[in-house]
Amino acid sequence: MQRSQSWSAVVPLSDTDVEASASPDELRDGIVAALTSDLGDGVVDSHVVSGDDVWVRVAAESWVAAGQALHRRGFTYFCFLSAIDWMPSPYGRGEDDPSADDDGDDTVDEMRSGYTGGDTRFQLLARVVDPQRHVGVTLKADVPEAADGSLAMPTWVPVYAGANWHERETAEMFGIAFIGHPDPRKMYLPGDFEGHPLRKDFPLLARMVKPWPGIVDVEPMPEKDEAAEGGTADDNATGETDGGATS
Amino acid sequence: MSALLAVEIPYWGQSLLRVLGGIVAVLLPAGTIVYLFLFKMMSFMQSRLGPMEAGPFGSMQLFAEVGKWLQKEDIVPAEADARIYKLAPIIVLLSTFLLVVVVPFGPDAYFVDFSAGVFYALAIGSVSVIGILVAGWSSANKYSLLGGLRAAGQLIAYELPMVLAVVGVVIQAGSMNLQDIVVAQNSGSIFGWDGVGFPFVLTQFVGFLVFMIAVQAELTQVPFDMPIAESELVSGYMTEYSGFRFLIFFIGEFATAGVFAFIASVLFLGGWGVPFSWFGWEGLDDVDNWMNIGGPLIMFTKMLVLTGIIMWVRFSYPRFREDQLQRFAWKVLIPISLANIALTAIVKVAV
Amino acid sequence: MTMLSERQQLSYIAAQAADARLNVELETEGMTLNIGPQHPATHGTLRIIARLDGEQVVWAEPSAGYMHRGYEKLTEVRTFPQVTSLINRIDWLGSFANEVPFILAAEKLMDIEAPPRAQHIRTILFELSRIANVGLFLGDLGVQMGAVTPVFMAFRDREYVLNLIEGATGGRFHPNFDRIGGLKDDLPKGWIDETKQVMKKLRRFCDEIDDLLFGNEIFQSRMRGVGVIPSDIALQYGLSGANLRASGVEWDLRRDQSLPMAWDKVDWKVWTHPDGDSWARCWVRLQEVRESTKIVDQLLDTIPAGPVMAKVPRIIKVPEGEAWVSTENPLGEMGYYVVSKGDLGPFRVKIRSASFNNMSIAPWVLKGVYVPDIITILASLYFILGDIDR
Repeated sequence: MQRSQSWSAVVPLSDTDVEASASPDELRDGIVAALTSDLGDGVVDSHVVSGDDVWVRVAAESWVAAGQALHRRGFTYFCFLSAIDWMPSPYGRGEDDPSADDDGDDTVDEMRSGYTGGDTRFQLLARVVDPQRHVGVTLKADVPEAADGSLAMPTWVPVYAGANWHERETAEMFGIAFIGHPDPRKMYLPGDFEGHPLRKDFPLLARMVKPWPGIVDVEPMPEKDEAAEGGTADDNATGETDGGATS
Repeated sequence: MSALLAVEIPYWGQSLLRVLGGIVAVLLPAGTIVYLFLFKMMSFMQSRLGPMEAGPFGSMQLFAEVGKWLQKEDIVPAEADARIYKLAPIIVLLSTFLLVVVVPFGPDAYFVDFSAGVFYALAIGSVSVIGILVAGWSSANKYSLLGGLRAAGQLIAYELPMVLAVVGVVIQAGSMNLQDIVVAQNSGSIFGWDGVGFPFVLTQFVGFLVFMIAVQAELTQVPFDMPIAESELVSGYMTEYSGFRFLIFFIGEFATAGVFAFIASVLFLGGWGVPFSWFGWEGLDDVDNWMNIGGPLIMFTKMLVLTGIIMWVRFSYPRFREDQLQRFAWKVLIPISLANIALTAIVKVAV
Repeated sequence: MTMLSERQQLSYIAAQAADARLNVELETEGMTLNIGPQHPATHGTLRIIARLDGEQVVWAEPSAGYMHRGYEKLTEVRTFPQVTSLINRIDWLGSFANEVPFILAAEKLMDIEAPPRAQHIRTILFELSRIANVGLFLGDLGVQMGAVTPVFMAFRDREYVLNLIEGATGGRFHPNFDRIGGLKDDLPKGWIDETKQVMKKLRRFCDEIDDLLFGNEIFQSRMRGVGVIPSDIALQYGLSGANLRASGVEWDLRRDQSLPMAWDKVDWKVWTHPDGDSWARCWVRLQEVRESTKIVDQLLDTIPAGPVMAKVPRIIKVPEGEAWVSTENPLGEMGYYVVSKGDLGPFRVKIRSASFNNMSIAPWVLKGVYVPDIITILASLYFILGDIDR
């Protein structure tokens, strides 16, 4: 199976730098190189998973230039645009067993960005595709926070007209204003809605009042089986994998 | 002429019979079309059974539907022009009753013997436009307004080909009296052979086609149902109507289909008559009295055939766009029917 | 790639002329028509605000959000196996196809792969949900234009497909059958023969629709040259699926990317059309249903033996990382950008649904058309409200 190789190229985050350089991918490395030559210092970081995907982080001021450069280089298909809030949710996952001890909480609270790193809490995320070469690029950019806490980024609409609705959605969900957007109304939410639902500090009230009966809520196994499980984990692995979902 | 069924009937009796006959001639076709075609034929065409619960094979479904509509609240929108709004369905149904008046169902079974019958029928047929237009306007609803305007534009556009298509028949029969047209068809002969009389559909086939297409448009049935257009205008001028006013619109729609099919069968298919040569009749006065019973049955059969075709088209075609419909009327149907008139006139004069 | 066909050019010129004419004529007072949120043509609660000049549209703007369910937020409080029951409901007519890209993304992050038998069955069910979905579209096309019969044919034959999906998964609409590492169960006995019979019926259904609708002159005159989308505009707006292929871009995610699915093991064709009008979009979809039945037929013959579930831990923890997987769903490209922090559930899931992009072109394409064309163009773009609002 050739494909299994490409899939096994997904590696733990800690090893990415080593792995990316170890297994060259001419097509995707070429994209990064081309983008670097277009934008210079605008390209902050990149991450190539060989044979699979490429991430490029650009500086906030190069966001539009990156879009233009990619569009010029054949990435004419606009896939999506969104954002990520890297702050860990202060409310947890809403599924914690109230009776369990809260040991895990301390480690969760630090903020870690994903591939290509990041310095800010919010990152823009966009994907464009070259329909000729069948290759896509995921772009990221840090969203700088102004002194008053407001977030603003330049709009992509002149480059990719399809970014219109995506930016409207991102604006209302994350509170990132898009400067120069032709139609900055709300996409889904009512006009007088307050708050930005996809921010991690926006509470999901349904989970606040009633914890989700999640994975911690399953019936315990009988004593005998649990003791034997260590030796025969492989045997019942196929049948029992969805225990969490069906509980 | 008062020798209906060879019995002398006093004037009040004749009047009563005419009123009853008018109601039957309007409501019976409407009910039959709805049950036979709308409920059953459409269902069979669409791989389903249709109504099966009310009565054997759902035959009582019609009464259930009428009962349902009569129970519903008669809602008038707050912004609507209430008087006109309430009047509109009556105008539509009234035009149907006025239309059926000129149709002859037998040698003596007719409502009025009107020498300009064709002219009257075509004129009265357009009255329903007024009802539809005011229904659309008075509903105070944008969809209804669009529907009403579409209906007005469409009905006027298709009035003309219908008139022109009938002119050929009038030229051939040499009369505008519908009774005379029936007699002309049944006492005629084709090159001396009088086995089937001479229904005008043979010579006026183009006119028949144009007439039926125009009828389809006049009835706002698919593919000419833009004024109703469920998927875009949400039933157009009928959007705001409910209860028995909607029922009246509904009856009007199918009753008019029946009446126009009556008129089409009179004009093109020989009407109530059988070829007179079969029984050795010379003219209208020789026709036996039993034709006053047989004639309506023959008419009814022909009406079912024609409405069956109308409904068949309705169930299988998508609809035109408004501009395409106008283009079709003005650029195709009217030139064709004009050419048909010219040809008919030339042949008539030459022969 | 941006070569326009003659028809496209003419339509484009006509659209520009309509634009110019509108600008001149705008002195008359227009009318704002509010189509929806409750309207028979909007398959749900989409609202379209159209400014009319007579029957011509000056501008039109869809207004979404009447059914926004916040799935992106909800995924953040679910475990990975639980997410599939949510995303089932995005495109509710092709539910199984919604699950696949998410499961693939999770598997990608976990670095596992479903066994070949599971891949095959996944592909078969994926194509069955495409047939159920697009088959209904083909019938619905008629209803949007007043032809009521095709939709009943579509419902009739879709029933067979839903029975198959029910037979294999237990659910007709929301199977929730896909698991990380494979499938919940194997196929029931007799399912393969049954499916082959149904595929024959569906090919006949396609022929019927081809005759009844696509061969109809009125249908053609309503669809041809209406709502033309040139390929460069289509790409810019991120149109995908049949909408993009109908604009002449030959791009199908089933063929053009390597996924652990079985599409590369069978012989099928990617249909495109050069015109980019409503007709082309519908025609491409019709061909795709036919193509899907062929795919299913071939896959049924070649299902390999083996388990349907890979060895995965009982409690699924997905390693830290980010993954993007998209597949060619019935409506177009459906993708999930999954960010995991090594927890039981995802940290962030960006759902890229096809209809959202497909509808975002509506203001552009509806400009200058007539009111009846709004309905046909929207029908041919084919959206499902859950797929716009998520």
